[in-house]
Amino acid sequence: MLHYIGQRLLQLIPVLLGMTFIVFMIIRAIPGDPAQVILGQQASEEAIKALRTSLGLDNPWYIQYFDYLKGLVTGDMGESLRTRSPVSEEIWPYLAATFELSLFAIIIAVVIGINAGIISAWFQNSWFDYLAMILALIGVSMPIFWLGLMNQWIFSIELGILPTTGRENVRDPIDNITNFYVLDTLIQGDFNQLATVLKHLVLPGTALATIPMAIIARMTRSSMLEVMRSDYVRTARAKGVKMFWVVYKHALKNAIIPVLTIIGLQMGLLLGGAILTETIFGWPGIGRYIYEAIGFRDYPVIQSGILVVAFIFVMINLIVDLLYGLVDPRIKYD
Amino acid sequence: MGKKKILSLAFLMLLLLSTALYGCSGGDSGSDGEGGDSESGGEKVLIFGRGGDSVSLDPISVTDGESFKVTKNIFDTLINFGEQDTEIEAGLASDWQAEEDGLTYTFQLQEGVTFHDGTDFNAEAVVANFDRWAAGDADQFPYYKSMFGGFGDEEEHVIESVEATGDYEVVIKLKRPQAPFLKNLAMSPFGIASPTAFEEAGESFGDNPVGTGPFQFVEWKRNDTVTIEKFDDYWVDGEPKLDQVVFRAIPDNSARLNALLSGEIDLADGITPSDSETIENEENLQLFERPSMNVGYLGLTTTREPFDDPKVRQAMNHAIDRQAIVDSFFEGRAEVAKNPMPPVISGYNDSIEGYEYDPEKAKELLAEAGLEDGFTMELWAMPVPRPYMPDGQKVAEAIQSDLGEVGITAEIVSYEWATYLEKAAAGEADAFLLGWTGDNGDADNFLYVLLDQDNIGSNNYTYYEKQELHDLLIEAQTEVDEDARNELYMQAQEIIHEDAPWVPLAHSTPLLAGGTNVIDFKAHPTGSDKLASVDLE
Repeated sequence: MLHYIGQRLLQLIPVLLGMTFIVFMIIRAIPGDPAQVILGQQASEEAIKALRTSLGLDNPWYIQYFDYLKGLVTGDMGESLRTRSPVSEEIWPYLAATFELSLFAIIIAVVIGINAGIISAWFQNSWFDYLAMILALIGVSMPIFWLGLMNQWIFSIELGILPTTGRENVRDPIDNITNFYVLDTLIQGDFNQLATVLKHLVLPGTALATIPMAIIARMTRSSMLEVMRSDYVRTARAKGVKMFWVVYKHALKNAIIPVLTIIGLQMGLLLGGAILTETIFGWPGIGRYIYEAIGFRDYPVIQSGILVVAFIFVMINLIVDLLYGLVDPRIKYD
Repeated sequence: MGKKKILSLAFLMLLLLSTALYGCSGGDSGSDGEGGDSESGGEKVLIFGRGGDSVSLDPISVTDGESFKVTKNIFDTLINFGEQDTEIEAGLASDWQAEEDGLTYTFQLQEGVTFHDGTDFNAEAVVANFDRWAAGDADQFPYYKSMFGGFGDEEEHVIESVEATGDYEVVIKLKRPQAPFLKNLAMSPFGIASPTAFEEAGESFGDNPVGTGPFQFVEWKRNDTVTIEKFDDYWVDGEPKLDQVVFRAIPDNSARLNALLSGEIDLADGITPSDSETIENEENLQLFERPSMNVGYLGLTTTREPFDDPKVRQAMNHAIDRQAIVDSFFEGRAEVAKNPMPPVISGYNDSIEGYEYDPEKAKELLAEAGLEDGFTMELWAMPVPRPYMPDGQKVAEAIQSDLGEVGITAEIVSYEWATYLEKAAAGEADAFLLGWTGDNGDADNFLYVLLDQDNIGSNNYTYYEKQELHDLLIEAQTEVDEDARNELYMQAQEIIHEDAPWVPLAHSTPLLAGGTNVIDFKAHPTGSDKLASVDLE
């Protein structure tokens, strides 16, 4: 097992190196001069030239690339061209914000998605089955920005029970310790603030969870249906095991593996695909951080931001692979 | 066996957690005071919703409006702009005299002013600020360079010396007269900072700004909120009235409006014209109009065929129905433009008659230019809403259809914003939509910056070149007599009108909205608003 993990981590190195190169080349291939964008329309030509020189943008690309790699090895992700702060320091609050949101979203998606899938399979062709699958279809095809704005309108403006945007009530801000607000409020034992934080998570969290939830529900349903037809399930039922245990214990264990794969993929997509959600809900996360950096041609931020997201994506896949063994001991890692 | 248990335990936890979360979130409705009330703990807190975050809070180092919105309230300038115009008024300098040659300015400073860190404000502090600026470079302090020509000993640097001639008296000597000198000093970038603070903080001053302004810096959560609070020792009696101001970034316009409607923010910037009706119909909201200091235009690149022929450019001017564009896409909240600068700027030539919407006349002019069969061109539309152009794509479509009427086939092209600006600056567009918001309310900041030959490749995107105009604009830069100077700008606008490198479209009125509990908010034409006299009911 440890050997397997070590091997997988070693494989990461060429993958990430390749990533840095591709991202580096692509963002430099798109037109638009960072110096011009940073200084804006009002800037004079000399100012732009001076900024280019000071940012090292005059150097040939391979020198810039090697400088970037050299920095990465020592944990230095470069400085944001726009704010002039080190990316490695700047990036954490954004990462934490996105992490919190994605985790919340994936929990909703997994809990509701899996259960909806199971129940649909259990009561195949019932009204619940039809309703759940129609909802799942709608969920997959609904544009997030529309759903988000509608939810704001219904739950914040009409019903007044949930906040529209942001991570906290800015009139009563949270003491920031770890940048994970749920954790921060728990550390301080402030349950009122915890409730506020959770409320702020609900709308963006459900908006972000919609698509993975629908996909997980459909996957669980089809996977369960297949397993339910197998001999061992029939045997269990013949032996008089209660339906609940048949479904949740015997069948689910075998049905869950393809679902796990889907969950892993969806989690990676959540991290990358949070841009729209973060924009609509004013969520200061990594998606918006990278998106805005693209608008400003802030090369170090784009490079490092994508690299970090890619790293997390790969790590999640590794964890999912390890989970297979936990669920099904027959799977061996050699 | 153990593994199975772990797994089922994990599932149980997930279920429990989700139930708990659901309980917390839906259950008690708004008990934590979210939305609605503007006061928390008896304090007056104003939440200002805006589209983006600041870049840095060191005003001299930035050029973006979102940074100035905050620094305007942390720093004071020597000279102030008027409440809702760009006339000059006393600021940290209570009085000033200019010698007749326009080379020497003597400033009397306010006494009894302190910086937020307790440092005294005096002549030494002012000199220290000028020294700091002059020791920089174009990369560090871009606005210093564009307003005062250069740094240190450089030939183009307009400031000869800044000296403290008393505890509260400063003399600034210039190398050559600079007409907009005082207006430049009133610009947000030239806020006076605490010398103790910037010497100590060095490069991180932008994260810990210290000025003499009505509010002092508290906290900055990047891409989220900037919090400033009342400075108790502010030198203006009775100000500020608010205890705290929080600037909150909500990038999406509709979401920002939603946040305003639900009471989470008190003021919202960047209201789209089409939402103005919603706000006017809402009892608890009011609409604020920012006095217009911008121009939106269709630039015609004068080095590209057929736009190198003035007749064609005039024909373009006659072919486009500006009034219809203003009515449809600015919801009427804009003025049809006839000059390259808005009427609030002194020197505006109102006697110029704008090109009338006259397709027949346009066809005649095209025929004279030998283009009776029309021609095909690219029409560039910006991809992002700007204050001077709420929807570039739609405006482009309207122009396309107008041009079609006179036989010109326009193909609409768009690039991502950074690319758009770069390609337009390189002269690659036939005709492009663009605009400009004034920095200091001076005619020079429009006419010279946008249409002088010196700025080709920079902000003169049309590559328009005219010696006669250049001479006038350069003369105006050093003309200290206000009337004589205005006369020069009047002439300049006539030349531009005749040559028509642009189709000036509109001077838009940017909109803000706020709760009816917001009192005395006055939107400033520069886009950064001082909130010292704003109160909450």
